[in-house]
Amino acid sequence: MALLEVRDLKTHFRTDDGIVKAVDGVSFSIEKGETLGIVGESGSGKSVTCLTIMGLNPKRNTISSGEAIFKGENLLTMSSSRLRDIRGDDIAMIFQDPMTSLNPVHRIGAQLVEAIQLHRDVTKKQARARALELLKAVGIPRAERRIDDYPHQFSGGMRQRVMIAMALVNDPDLLIADEPTTALDVTTQAQILTLMTDLQKDFGSAIIVITHDLGVIAEIADDVVVMYAAKIAERAPVANLFKRPHHPYTWGLLGSLPRLDADVERLVQIRGQPPSLLHPPRGCRFHPRCPYVMGVCKTVEPELLPAADERDHVQACHLDVETKDREAAKVLAGTMAEAS
Amino acid sequence: MLRYLARRFIWAVVLFIAVTLVAYVLFFLIPNDPARLVAGKAATDADVKRAAHFLGTDRPFYVQYAKFLDRLIIHQNLGFSFTNRQSVNSIVGNAAPVTASLVFGGAIFWMLLALPIGILSALRPRSLLDRASMTFVLIGISAHPIWIGLIFAYFFGFKLHWTPITGYCDFINPSTECGGPVQWAYHLVLPWATFAILFAALYVRMIRANVLDTMNEDYVRTARAKGAPERLVLRSHILRNALLPVVTMLGMDISLALGGAVFTETVYSLPGLGKAAIFGLNNNDIPTVEGVIVFATLAIIVFNLVVDLLYAWIDPRIRLA
Amino acid sequence: MPAATATNGGARGDELLVVEDLKKHFPVTRGIIFQKQIAAVKAVDGVSFTVRQGETLGVVGESGCGKSTMARCVMRLLDVTGGRIVFDGRDITRLSRSDMRPYRREMMMIFQDPYASLNPRKRVGFIVAEALEVHKMGTEAEIKKRVQELLEVVGLNPEHYNRFPHEFSGGQRQRIGVARALAVNPKLIVCDEPVSALDVSVQAQILNLLKDLQSSFGLTYVFIAHDLNVVRHISDRVMVMYLGHAVEIAPRHDLYVEPKHPYTGALLSAVPIPDPEVGRARRRIVLEGDVPSPINPPSACWFHPRCPRFREGHCDVETPPLTPFGDGHFAACHYPLERWPMTEEEIRHSTRQPVS
Repeated sequence: MALLEVRDLKTHFRTDDGIVKAVDGVSFSIEKGETLGIVGESGSGKSVTCLTIMGLNPKRNTISSGEAIFKGENLLTMSSSRLRDIRGDDIAMIFQDPMTSLNPVHRIGAQLVEAIQLHRDVTKKQARARALELLKAVGIPRAERRIDDYPHQFSGGMRQRVMIAMALVNDPDLLIADEPTTALDVTTQAQILTLMTDLQKDFGSAIIVITHDLGVIAEIADDVVVMYAAKIAERAPVANLFKRPHHPYTWGLLGSLPRLDADVERLVQIRGQPPSLLHPPRGCRFHPRCPYVMGVCKTVEPELLPAADERDHVQACHLDVETKDREAAKVLAGTMAEAS
Repeated sequence: MLRYLARRFIWAVVLFIAVTLVAYVLFFLIPNDPARLVAGKAATDADVKRAAHFLGTDRPFYVQYAKFLDRLIIHQNLGFSFTNRQSVNSIVGNAAPVTASLVFGGAIFWMLLALPIGILSALRPRSLLDRASMTFVLIGISAHPIWIGLIFAYFFGFKLHWTPITGYCDFINPSTECGGPVQWAYHLVLPWATFAILFAALYVRMIRANVLDTMNEDYVRTARAKGAPERLVLRSHILRNALLPVVTMLGMDISLALGGAVFTETVYSLPGLGKAAIFGLNNNDIPTVEGVIVFATLAIIVFNLVVDLLYAWIDPRIRLA
Repeated sequence: MPAATATNGGARGDELLVVEDLKKHFPVTRGIIFQKQIAAVKAVDGVSFTVRQGETLGVVGESGCGKSTMARCVMRLLDVTGGRIVFDGRDITRLSRSDMRPYRREMMMIFQDPYASLNPRKRVGFIVAEALEVHKMGTEAEIKKRVQELLEVVGLNPEHYNRFPHEFSGGQRQRIGVARALAVNPKLIVCDEPVSALDVSVQAQILNLLKDLQSSFGLTYVFIAHDLNVVRHISDRVMVMYLGHAVEIAPRHDLYVEPKHPYTGALLSAVPIPDPEVGRARRRIVLEGDVPSPINPPSACWFHPRCPRFREGHCDVETPPLTPFGDGHFAACHYPLERWPMTEEEIRHSTRQPVS
């Protein structure tokens, strides 16, 4: 049985302007010890998906439906006290901006101890010992001294390590990382990604990484979900996604990336901008920006169907398989042009 | 930290001299002559000269100021009132506790009112409670304390006879017609309410805004993600941060009010510093006015210093900068 | 000190911008009454480079390296602590505000945050026209026409002349920023992280736009970014900055294919590559620790505390000069990389004799 199985997840927000359909029918699953990458741009719904799973959306004005079955229980329908038991214990989450995600007036030792004592019946001393253990595991130098420091005394990279320590302190089965390295420098990002993959081996947790950076996905994900306008455009194991992408949005994403190892004259541009989630386009949500748009795309929403002979690879696009293969090859060739 | 304190102390001294000097100078720009007032209506020029010499107002102003400073610092003596030769020390000494009772009691009053209303309004934005409290805020800020005081005095004091209208009772000595803690509080209820309304309104608005802002902070989301119950999130994460700025504001407002909660004292005839200052101004009584100014300045400086220290202690970002 | 051919006093022929040993220090003061300077944040501490007409110099580095400060110094938005800036043959380092005026027409800047760099209370037409009006470049009608032309050039609808910034998306706002910079026909445009705050698909639009404009109008760019991929795409030459210094300058191809400085190597190996096979096969050089503080930078070579090639007694004693490697490639390192790619092991053991 999968560790977490999400079926037809929908999250709608009631606002003054109407109902914003931030997540509109998302399904995926993740197994123990795996890494799932959710990639998309702003407004794609990737963050809201995971906030919904964790029950962290504001209670008022939020309507969620669907299922998120975690170890046999549906997270969306369980009582808030049971959900609070799971949060921070079986499922932990780390967020994007380490500068603001820690409470500035409490020592980090105290914040870690709080995370432990919320879920374990241990004395403060025992909790502190565990906190110290984790701080060392994430590579904080001189952890015995720094455990009593305040967040502002740490740099951005160090703070993110503290966040990771705080998330792992109760040995979670699933770690959700929402843009964990976006706010960090590239060399610090490399350190954090290496740390996460190493810790995953030690702790055995599954990881969901949310990011807009396809490079990060390529580095650490086993499976990838590409989200666009609150829906899934494509879902595939990582190698398949990069070798044989089957959705025009994925092509656009891949093609619009400037490459380190290749020279490209002109980047692939996706014209227009992401649609409003108040009134999403009829039919396929990507159709106003799609260079391959056909008549049917404007009226009929494509279903998430398997891509030819590839198990586990689904995509939502009306184009036929031959066209997809051809265009995919073109995109890959274009970005790999004159690899010098 | 020590350096910070030393700097604050030096600035405090500079401030003190500046304020008292300016007050002194202002007096000399006012065309009235205290000596003439003291000498009486039927005074001749010679009489006035003798009065001036007696009071010391025939010397140039910097001499007077120097004498004042000398007397103050070396002898801790604020001088003697021009009008009735009463020791200014005792004038201020009698008036200060009254104002202090009003201000500190009022502060407790307004915080007891503002904290729950502000916090609850923030937790339930746009609800009926929230809208009602914002209306209260509007009225509280717009209405003048004198008007509020008179309305209260009329309804609660005169019409309903719930509380006395004027007068002050000493906390300790039952020397006059009333005394003792109960009478003291009883006589101060209306003044406290009047004094507090304006500040309560201001603080409700500020507390509400701070709590609303803090609720959206990332670290609050982190706390929830750790599985913390709402009570803990509110106490340990939201309020602990949202109420920090309230400490500084409180310090500033209390110290300002200590200088003389003039309007409230006037409406309720409380013999506090405000009244003493007005009396002194009306009679060109430099020593009394200077005495009140000195006391008020000292109070403000000391209080602000205490608040700064307190703030540095509770906000680790400042303490360990 | 700058190496022989990187800069020469006075610009040569088509050199539009010559920067020599630029320094910008921010004082740190202490004192009870009188503030005394006890230290300085050496944000930029001796940077030299040239930019030729029509080319794009990419400036890349992580936070705290001083690239943004350097850009603001070049634009004279900040006063310079030391060094020289020669723009179009004229030394503008210490010009007064009024003397700088005519030069402000020639150099413009595009900023990072499209949400913060446009005044939300002004209409878009005004924002783009402002520089034209300040420099009195035409009548009201002429200016309006020019603004509408510019809006069209950057891909916006000229009829949106009267709209406010909040009515546009992030990418569109950045286009407005570009139009604003273009309005006065500048020679040089300094782009300070213009695409960092944008989504990937929009980023591509802006990068393409900038490239098109460069060929249409013969613009010269100084393009600052922390994203090595983006810098590679748009630059002709690239300068890598670390702790207020330039550690390597090279033509684009050379920098990415044959970096000489270990820091450049670390940066290149840290950038995630959107290709699972290539990315995961590649060996990473993971640097230890954090970037040191610019108040108290390391002695001699600024990178030595984190450098995998650190040679005690040499790298912490003698500051490496910007050494030429031919073809306009300079690096400040005693033990430059012999080839690329290298694994971490290989990097630690330099086989060469010290270059300097």
